[in-house]
Amino acid sequence: MVKKNLYINQNKYTFRDKHKSIFKSDKGLSKGIIKKISQEKNEPAWMLNVRLRAYAIFLKKQMPDWGVDLSKIDFDDLYYYIKPTVQAGASWDDVPKKIKNTFERLGVPQAERKFLAGVGAQYESEMIYHNLKDKWAKQGVVFEDMSTAAIKYPELVKKYFTKVVPMDDNKFSALNTAAWSGGSFIYIPKGVKVELPLQAYFRINTAGMGQFERTLIIADEDSEVHYIEGCTAPTYSRDSLHTAVVELVALPNSHIRYTTIQNWSQNVYNLVTKRAVAETGALVEWVDGNLGSKSTMKYPCVILKGEGAQADVLSIAFAGDGQYQDTGCKIIHLAPNTKSKVVSKSISKGNGRASYRGLVMIDKRAKNSQVKVECDALLLDEESRSDTYPVMKVDNDNVVVEHEASVSKINEEQLYYLQSRGLTQDEAVRLIITGYLDIFAKELPMEYAVELNRLIELEMEGNMG
Amino acid sequence: MIDIKNLYVSIKENDILHGVNLKIHQGKIIALMGPNGSGKSTLSHVLMGHPDYKIEKGEILFDKKNLLSWPVHKRARQGLFLAFQYPYEIPGVSVWQFLQSSLQAIEGNKFSQANFVKRLQTIMKDLHFSENFLDRGLNEGFSGGEKKRMEILQMRLLQPKIAILDETDSGLDIDALKLVAANVRKMVGSKLGVLVITHYQRLLSYLQPDEVHVMYQGKIVKSGGRELVKQLERNGYSWIKPQNA
Repeated sequence: MVKKNLYINQNKYTFRDKHKSIFKSDKGLSKGIIKKISQEKNEPAWMLNVRLRAYAIFLKKQMPDWGVDLSKIDFDDLYYYIKPTVQAGASWDDVPKKIKNTFERLGVPQAERKFLAGVGAQYESEMIYHNLKDKWAKQGVVFEDMSTAAIKYPELVKKYFTKVVPMDDNKFSALNTAAWSGGSFIYIPKGVKVELPLQAYFRINTAGMGQFERTLIIADEDSEVHYIEGCTAPTYSRDSLHTAVVELVALPNSHIRYTTIQNWSQNVYNLVTKRAVAETGALVEWVDGNLGSKSTMKYPCVILKGEGAQADVLSIAFAGDGQYQDTGCKIIHLAPNTKSKVVSKSISKGNGRASYRGLVMIDKRAKNSQVKVECDALLLDEESRSDTYPVMKVDNDNVVVEHEASVSKINEEQLYYLQSRGLTQDEAVRLIITGYLDIFAKELPMEYAVELNRLIELEMEGNMG
Repeated sequence: MIDIKNLYVSIKENDILHGVNLKIHQGKIIALMGPNGSGKSTLSHVLMGHPDYKIEKGEILFDKKNLLSWPVHKRARQGLFLAFQYPYEIPGVSVWQFLQSSLQAIEGNKFSQANFVKRLQTIMKDLHFSENFLDRGLNEGFSGGEKKRMEILQMRLLQPKIAILDETDSGLDIDALKLVAANVRKMVGSKLGVLVITHYQRLLSYLQPDEVHVMYQGKIVKSGGRELVKQLERNGYSWIKPQNA
């Protein structure tokens, strides 16, 4: 009965700017282009070798034949490397004016002043700004763009790079390892607790661009860090590709929280591999919000390697008209007394489709482990769609596994009830959605919760007749 | 004032109301009684605008304007309130958030946050709600009585011109019943018009209605004063039926 004529309004994010890059590779990927990227970055030789090995794997690997339709991606029609400026500035004043304007319109420097410990901003292929507040720098916290880290901290990078997400994990992890550029490198020394979040902001500005950022976070023993990333792009008629790899290393008793608010425009394929290893007593949290993109395939993973390690995954997906969000997570319990909790919530609108794809594996060594998975789907229309593909492999009898799933439609009676209190149908739907996502908003820092609600209001804006 | 004229209503091809005539004046309490299935709740939902009901004939005027042409939210904004027999749960939406959105919708530009907070505090005290209710999901895990009191709280906050209480007394213990009645009476004193739907004498003995009407098979078959309540309590509805069979 409820007719919705909702449209997407992303004007705040989808504007374009006219900045001219200083280097743009030819279309397509080849050994030559990979060498050129490596050269532009003055990389050590070992990194170039890693890239070339990954490239060979990329060429051999099959495309995934499940999940979203990837057949329209033309790897030869993409730009793999666009260098917007000479080097990352540590001062906002050093950032070229046009790029600065872009980020200022997105509210990035304002946010930094107010409530962040540090900010990185990536424009096309490179981080154009990185800044860490002195307080943390003095305590030995490292927050650099990945390319700089490969030169300044070769030992750490070499030790962990591709160790959490092997280059041959899947075709897109191979592609990223071959073509990666930008992304953050973070090291938190023993015992240091960074109370404010570190944030990175990713922006694609060129049509038909491939962005391959690479992020590595190492939390040393007893340390704590919260990293937040936000992503946007303008709308073009040509599709862009965002293929990131994120590796988290949570050393004993550390705590990493990684929050993503992904609001790519609806011509971006978002194919991301994210994985964490949690050592003894460590806690890894993925808080993952997928609002934008044309198609997303993303399954943040935690390998609970040490005794008592914990994983907490909270993911929301919003699939509007023409969007396919294939998201979920993977939890691998390898040690005793490990715990994991997964809450996944999706909303589908129009002909949008949201799928939960989850794998929980409990190894025979993982006695006394606990797993709790909860996935809820909310459908806003008759034609919207949601699927759940949960897989559980349990090789130990001495564990507690709980799984709950629910699919609901917006309840007509609830709408009527709210309307009888003066809310329009549109306002009533929004209020119900806000309530549905309450658990997610509560996990975000206040400013992000406000931003998330605003984004959802934008997504939902429209007339309902 | 609400003026219901010769109202015929059906739902899914079933005729429910057959020519109802009723007036609800501001500052007055009108009681509507009648056996189960006689169409009392249907009338309340038709007034509020539930989408499932179809108006076959007749009209409803709200201060001389055509109420039936308005969407549900407009009826609320014009000053109509329905205290639901079965209030719905809205998980994750806090009572605070809901009340604020609702009052904002009703008051529009006149809404003031400070005023809202102040008024809410008074009303919560009057209805014996502790402050921690504000953070709870709306009606989520509330007892039957708490849900009903929450309806009355909303009525107090939104200050309608006309309120319909649909079996608000069911599920309330004596103390809560007195509390609800006192709150309703307070508002009637400041010009609220009430249509109270009930099966029982108890609430009416606290409310002291100005008129009592009995509905049977979709029609008002008997109208009178408070003495009618006593008669019904003593004799049930059977003595009414024959004269309309």
